[in-house]
Amino acid sequence: MILSAAALAAALFIALPVAASLARAGLARSAWLGAIGTARVIPSLAVLALMLPLIGIGFAPSFVALTLLAIPPIAINTDLGLRGVPAAVREAARGLGMSEQQIGLRVDWPLALPIVFSGVRTATVEVIASATLAGFIGGGGLGEYVINALAANQMPQLLEGAAGVAMLALLADTSLAALERCFAYTEMRPA
Amino acid sequence: MSDGATGAAVRLRDVAVRYPEADRDAVGGVDLDVPAGAFVVLLGPSGCGKSTLLRTINRLVLPYRGAIEVGGSDVTESDPETLRRGIGYVIQAVGLFPHLSVAKNIAVVPQLLRWPADAIAARVDELLELVRLDPARYRERLPRELSGGEQQRVGVARALAARPRVLLMDEPFGAVDAIVRTSLQDETLRIHRVLGTTILFVTHDVDEALRLADRIVVMKEGRIEQDGTPLRVLAKPATPYVEALLDAKDAVRRLSLLHARDALRPANGADTAGAPLGAQAYRVEAGATLRTVLSELLEHADAVDVVEDGRRIGTLSFADVRAALLASER
Repeated sequence: MILSAAALAAALFIALPVAASLARAGLARSAWLGAIGTARVIPSLAVLALMLPLIGIGFAPSFVALTLLAIPPIAINTDLGLRGVPAAVREAARGLGMSEQQIGLRVDWPLALPIVFSGVRTATVEVIASATLAGFIGGGGLGEYVINALAANQMPQLLEGAAGVAMLALLADTSLAALERCFAYTEMRPA
Repeated sequence: MSDGATGAAVRLRDVAVRYPEADRDAVGGVDLDVPAGAFVVLLGPSGCGKSTLLRTINRLVLPYRGAIEVGGSDVTESDPETLRRGIGYVIQAVGLFPHLSVAKNIAVVPQLLRWPADAIAARVDELLELVRLDPARYRERLPRELSGGEQQRVGVARALAARPRVLLMDEPFGAVDAIVRTSLQDETLRIHRVLGTTILFVTHDVDEALRLADRIVVMKEGRIEQDGTPLRVLAKPATPYVEALLDAKDAVRRLSLLHARDALRPANGADTAGAPLGAQAYRVEAGATLRTVLSELLEHADAVDVVEDGRRIGTLSFADVRAALLASER
């Protein structure tokens, strides 16, 4: 739980500013999105396994792996959201005398927010689900519970753990969905 | 309206713009003097540089050469944001902020200028009335709940919010249907009359230009081809290009710029001047265009009565219309 939250926070901290600053930069943006796309095809378990020789076992490697996992959906949606702001709206904002900073704060971010938020939601669910795997490298959490049960062949305990993870993911998803609706003015929703 | 501010003059000297990687100037050394309170239309086909020229005035485009003055001060003196807050800007795509209500859209510039909240609220209502949208009904609506014409009305209100002395309009009515466009043009003329704001208006629509302008500036390939009153440009096109663009040989088009009042043969003698109108005679209003008069003549009679305030002030025949047309060429 703490692991997931920490990894998400770190991913937000990295992905939002980078994606935002690159959203309107031609070549650098392509490189960044390309890298993210490539990173995305590596399975979460493989990322965890790769962390072992690099950082060892325990909380730290799990944290790094989950952070890496959470970055792509957030970064991609931030990019999409910011680039989805209609050119005419930005042109009008400039023509009315808004500075670049004011356009970002009053126009770009409010308009991109619903899409950014759905990226955060995707990342959250992915992180919670994958955090289970962190049990394999001693990351703790519900994953440990599941993996121990698996090893001991304790079906009821296994189900308890699995159900716990599923519940947690669902709960996070639905509460974030509810939160998302608060921000979303319906305009940006594609019909 | 409580607007005390009137228009400011705009002066361009040898303004030249070239976009990166272009092999020729988008605007090639243009001089233009727009007196305070004028309604000047920049007319030309797409790619002629008219929008680019317009956008140099609020520094959305930077010329590599030349000087631009608004109200006597060079536009490079203040920072671009401050300059733009003092110049209204309306674009074809409107560009209302989709997440903000109509009232908040209109309030953007006053807010940037840190007007007090009650002054902003009063101004929003005043502007909605100016563009003929009922404040109570429209204030809290979102842009997507408005028709195209209503959106552009809000766009105009937003541009006028901080009482700019110059209003730049870049093909503002290009995306609305013909009936709405005509009514928006009428509103624009009325607002210009009421506020006295200097308006620079870009269009490729010849009829729109003829309808709105005090002065038409015809552009071609980044240069001014001709600059004059609509009647002048139509009657004496400076180049074959202007003649072709405006279809200036079309006498009927020119008639639409002349009015019955200015061409009529006055009714003289006590028996006819101001006499009650006969039931049989065909009549036109003094403010009607000669184009309308011609159409009446063709359909109904060899001469029509011209009336003003319900009284007959003169007559017009085919010969009078023709004489007026010929006079306009001089």
